[in-house]
Amino acid sequence: MSNIPENVKYTNSHEWISEESGIATIGLSDFAQDAMGDIVFINLPAVGDAVTAGESFADVESVKAVAEVFSPVSGTVESVNEELLDNPALVNEAPYDAWLIRVSDISERVELMDAAAYAQHCESEKE
Amino acid sequence: MEKKTPLYAIHEEEGGKIVPFAGYLLPVQYGTGVIREHMAVREACGMFDVSHMGEIRFTGPTALQTLNHIMTNDFTNMKIGKVRYTVMCNEKGGCVDDLIIYKFGDEDYLAVVNASNKDKDYAHICANLLPGTEAEDLSPVTAEIALQGPRSRDILSRLVPENQIPKGYYTAKRGIMIEDMECMISRTGYTGELGYEIYTANENAEKLWRLLRRTGEPFGLIPCGLGARDTLRLEAGMPLYGHEMDEEISPLEAGLGFGVKLDKAEFIGREALIAKGEPTRVRVGLEITGRGIVREHQDLYVGDTLIGHSTSGTHCPYIGKPVAMALVDRAYSAIGTEVEADVRGRRVTCQVVPYVFYKTETK
Repeated sequence: MSNIPENVKYTNSHEWISEESGIATIGLSDFAQDAMGDIVFINLPAVGDAVTAGESFADVESVKAVAEVFSPVSGTVESVNEELLDNPALVNEAPYDAWLIRVSDISERVELMDAAAYAQHCESEKE
Repeated sequence: MEKKTPLYAIHEEEGGKIVPFAGYLLPVQYGTGVIREHMAVREACGMFDVSHMGEIRFTGPTALQTLNHIMTNDFTNMKIGKVRYTVMCNEKGGCVDDLIIYKFGDEDYLAVVNASNKDKDYAHICANLLPGTEAEDLSPVTAEIALQGPRSRDILSRLVPENQIPKGYYTAKRGIMIEDMECMISRTGYTGELGYEIYTANENAEKLWRLLRRTGEPFGLIPCGLGARDTLRLEAGMPLYGHEMDEEISPLEAGLGFGVKLDKAEFIGREALIAKGEPTRVRVGLEITGRGIVREHQDLYVGDTLIGHSTSGTHCPYIGKPVAMALVDRAYSAIGTEVEADVRGRRVTCQVVPYVFYKTETK
């Protein structure tokens, strides 16, 4: 059973997002990291890059495969979690602490789910 | 509809993540993850269900002639109890499959072939048998467990008298009893590590798995899935059918010339291989010196010149870095050559290195 904390929101492509004072912090859900397996490389955007709601902003490579990470919001990359460049396995260990990017100047959002709706979504994807 | 191996229920019980592969439902990994499974094989021991592999038995007075006709290697001087790697070519000199041949008697051989090719292989073999040879597909009744890692011999010797464990690399013994289960054991594998492959009847598979698992536990044995099988073979520089070779790639291009005996009088594909001469593209190893991972089917460049493509690639856990294998223009195949891979539009720098990225110290 994957860990789905209630203090963040989720996308149907398995990113989590939390917003505070106009800054969105974005990461991968526990369900996503578990499905990917051991993560060995993350290709993150640079500070100042524009991201677009619903479009890919990063590649996450596990031993098995590569997956794209989609931005839940449009805006500007305010900071990136550089710790992940040296230690991508942090996403496996603590997916809700190991954020990928922070975005400011938010203009658009994709449809977001709360924890209960996301839990159902994960259940339906297991089929 | 995918088939299940006789160990399917065990994979579920062990927490395996099941995926379809080569027509079978098999675990890509268990709960511990690919990296720990990979490391267990390098440092202790891992066990794999490889029951999906195909087994085809050749019998009859012309069995040797048939093998020498269908296969690229030469089996003439092979001794009983030995195992030999070979390729099977089509008339154009492309690879139908790569496989290993066991010799159990002058008129009794066993071929072990890739799961994804076994129906195609059996049809190709049956179409090319010489009179006096029979081929029988034993795959549906045969289970296979691979026990791989530096502690594999210690584990096996708890279950089998020392003198019944095959000693040399690429040797085998059959009729070995593990408790009441009759097994064939070979010192072979697909990990580049000391290891054994154990064949038995389907009905023994679950019991044999549990026995090996229990016996191996104190030695650090864990079950391993297809993910680790792939990273281990890549790290050891071993080719995978459909990646480093296929019907359009010759065994000489794939660096498998050691298993191709052009000096044999005749075999399927020989004329074409000779006509093509020295290959213009060859298999190389790539160490990824830039940031990222180069997987299969990524174009490789030197400047603006397309020089080939990657055939397999991932992060290899034991050597701790990403590597790839590639098929490149011979002119750019020298060790040390700097090339760039196009990874989804981004150029990642790589260097040509020998494709055996890891070699075991365990004898």
